[in-house]
Amino acid sequence: MNRRSPFFVLAALAALLTLAFLLAPVVAVFAYAGPGQLLAALGDESSREALLLSLRTTLTALALIVLVGTPAAYLLANREFRGRSLVLTAIELPLVMPPAVAGIALLAAFGPSGLLGGLVESAGVELVFQTAGVVVALVFVSAPFFLRAAIAAFASIDGRLLEAARTLGAGPFRAFATVALPSARTGLASGLALAWGRALGEFGATLLFAGSLQGVTQTAPLAIFADFSRPDGFVSALALSAVLILVSAVLLLGVKLLGGDRASEGAAAR
Amino acid sequence: MSSAPATQGPVLRARVGTPLREFELAVEIEARGGEPLALVGPSGAGKSSLLRVIAGLLRPREGRVEVGAEAWLDTGRSLDLPAERRGCGLLFQDYALFPRMSAWRNVAYGVGGRRRERRAAALQMLERFGVAGLAEARPATLSGGERQRVALARALAARPRVLLLDEPLSALDSASRRGAVAELRSALAELEAPTVLVTHSFDEAALLSGRMAILDRGRLVQTGTAAEISAAPSSPFVADFAGAIVLRGEASAEPSGLTLVRLEGGGELHSTDAGRGPVAASVYPWEISLEQPRAQSSGSLLNRLDGEVVSITTVGNRARVGVSTPQPLIAEITADSAARMSLRPGVRITAAWKASATRLIPL
Repeated sequence: MNRRSPFFVLAALAALLTLAFLLAPVVAVFAYAGPGQLLAALGDESSREALLLSLRTTLTALALIVLVGTPAAYLLANREFRGRSLVLTAIELPLVMPPAVAGIALLAAFGPSGLLGGLVESAGVELVFQTAGVVVALVFVSAPFFLRAAIAAFASIDGRLLEAARTLGAGPFRAFATVALPSARTGLASGLALAWGRALGEFGATLLFAGSLQGVTQTAPLAIFADFSRPDGFVSALALSAVLILVSAVLLLGVKLLGGDRASEGAAAR
Repeated sequence: MSSAPATQGPVLRARVGTPLREFELAVEIEARGGEPLALVGPSGAGKSSLLRVIAGLLRPREGRVEVGAEAWLDTGRSLDLPAERRGCGLLFQDYALFPRMSAWRNVAYGVGGRRRERRAAALQMLERFGVAGLAEARPATLSGGERQRVALARALAARPRVLLLDEPLSALDSASRRGAVAELRSALAELEAPTVLVTHSFDEAALLSGRMAILDRGRLVQTGTAAEISAAPSSPFVADFAGAIVLRGEASAEPSGLTLVRLEGGGELHSTDAGRGPVAASVYPWEISLEQPRAQSSGSLLNRLDGEVVSITTVGNRARVGVSTPQPLIAEITADSAARMSLRPGVRITAAWKASATRLIPL
C-alpha cells in the first residue's frame, strides 16, 4: 500500500484507534490506583479467599474436563456414526449460550427442584450455594473449549500411526497413550489453556447456579462484583481485576506459543 | 500354487471377499517363508485392502485368514482376532514411523521386556540394517532410505509371524531404490515368516519375490513366477503389465568397457551398464528380436541366446514368444512376423538384443 495515499493514513488511524480502545481499560486497571494501593488491597482477607477459591475450583474443573473429556474426544474424533455432526454441534452449544442462560439451565437440571435434582440429592451431593456447584458451572461453560480443540487434535492424527502401533502389538489403550496423546499434545494443551481462561472469567452461570457466598462460591469475578457494589470497594475490585488480567495474559501467551509450535511443526513435516 | 517348493515355517492362507469402493475384492492367496509372494497390480486394484484384511485392520464381509494351524479370521465362525494379537508385521507405504519417538524407540515399540533389553534388541536390529548410528534421531530428520530401514527394523524387531510390505520402495528416489532392492531381497530371503508384498511395479515384484499374483479390479488374474507370467500372460492387461524380463547372473568388467554377465544356468550377455558380482539383468520383451539360429551376427545386436520356442501367446496384433533359454526369455514381436517365420513350439531360434537395452541391477 502506498504510504502517502489518503487511504493508508485512514487505515493507520483506524488501527491506532482500535489498539488504544482495547488497551486503555487494561492500562487503566494498573494505572488508576498505582501498584502500592493494589498490593495493599490484595492483603484483604476476602480477596485472597476469592483468588484461592478461583484457583481451586478452576483446577478441579480442568481435572474433570481432562479426565473425562480426553477419552470422549478421542472416541468422537475417530468414530464414524450416525448423528455424529449433531453430537459435535451439541457439544459446542454451551460456547454460544449466554452465561445467565447457562445458570438457569443448570438450575433447571440439577437444582433442588430441577429435573435431575432428586438424583443429585439422593447421591448425597449438594450443589446450590456449594463449592461443588461452582465446579459444575465451570465444567459446563468451559468443557466445550477443551473438547473442540481435543477433537480437532485427535482427528488430525495420521490414522496409520495408530494402525502401526496395533500391528506392533499395542492394544487400544497403549496406542492411545503412547501414540495418540503425544501426537495431540499441543492441541490438547492449547484447548486446556482456552478452557482455563474461560473458567477463570466465569461469572453469570456461577452466580445464578451457585450464588455468591464469600469463601464458598464467591470466585474472583464474583468478588470483583461484590467489591464494586460496596461504596469504598473500587480499589480492591481493581486489585483483583489486575491479578485476573495478568493470569489471562499468561494463558493467552501460552496458547500463542503452543499454536506457534504446532504451526512450525507442520511446516517441518512438509 | 502347490508347485512352490516346500519351505520351513508356517503357511499363510487368506481368502477374502468384500466390497470396495468400485468393485468387489474376491481373492485367495497363499504365502510361505523364504519365498515372498508379490501382489502386483495397478493402483486401486485392491492390493492394500487385502494386506489390511490380513493384518486385521480391515474387516471383510467374508473371509478366512490362517497362519499354519491358527485361524486369525473366519467370518463363518465370527472369529476376528484384533490386529494387536495377530503378530503381523506391516511395513507401511510411507513407513508410518512414530514422529515423536527416536529411531530406537520406534524399533523397540513392538519388543517386550525391560527397557534395557528392549533398547539392546532395537540397537541390534538397527545395526543389522546399518543404521545403528541413527538410534537417537527423530524420523523427521531421516532420509527416505533411512526411514525405510528403520521401519523394516521396527516390523522385524517385533518378531512377526507374518510380514506384509505395502509398496516398500515407492517412497524412495530411484538412486536409493537400487540399493534397497538388494538389501530387502536378502532380508526377506532369511525370513521364516510368510511374506506378502504389494507393488504396482512388475519389475520390482520380479526382483523381490518368488511368486507373484496379479490383481486387477479386485480379482486375481494370474499367478506364477515372473518368467511364467511374462511368457504366457493370460490377458492383454497382464501382457501390458508384465514389464521387463529379469535374468540373474554374475557381472564382471570387460576391457571393451562393457560389462559381461555370466548367466546362472549358462549363457552370457553384455550390458552398457556398469556392474560387478551378482546382478539382475533386465530387458524388455519388445527389445528382443528373433532370428533363425544360423543367422550370424551382422548387425549391432550383441546379445544372442539360443533356445527352442516353448509358447506363443497372441495378444491383439502382438505375439509373445517364450524361448527355452537356460533362464527363460520372452520376445514380443508382431503377430505377422510370428506367422511369417512359422514359429511354433519346438522350433529352434535365436533371441537377440542390444547391450544398450540391457539394464543391470546389483543384487
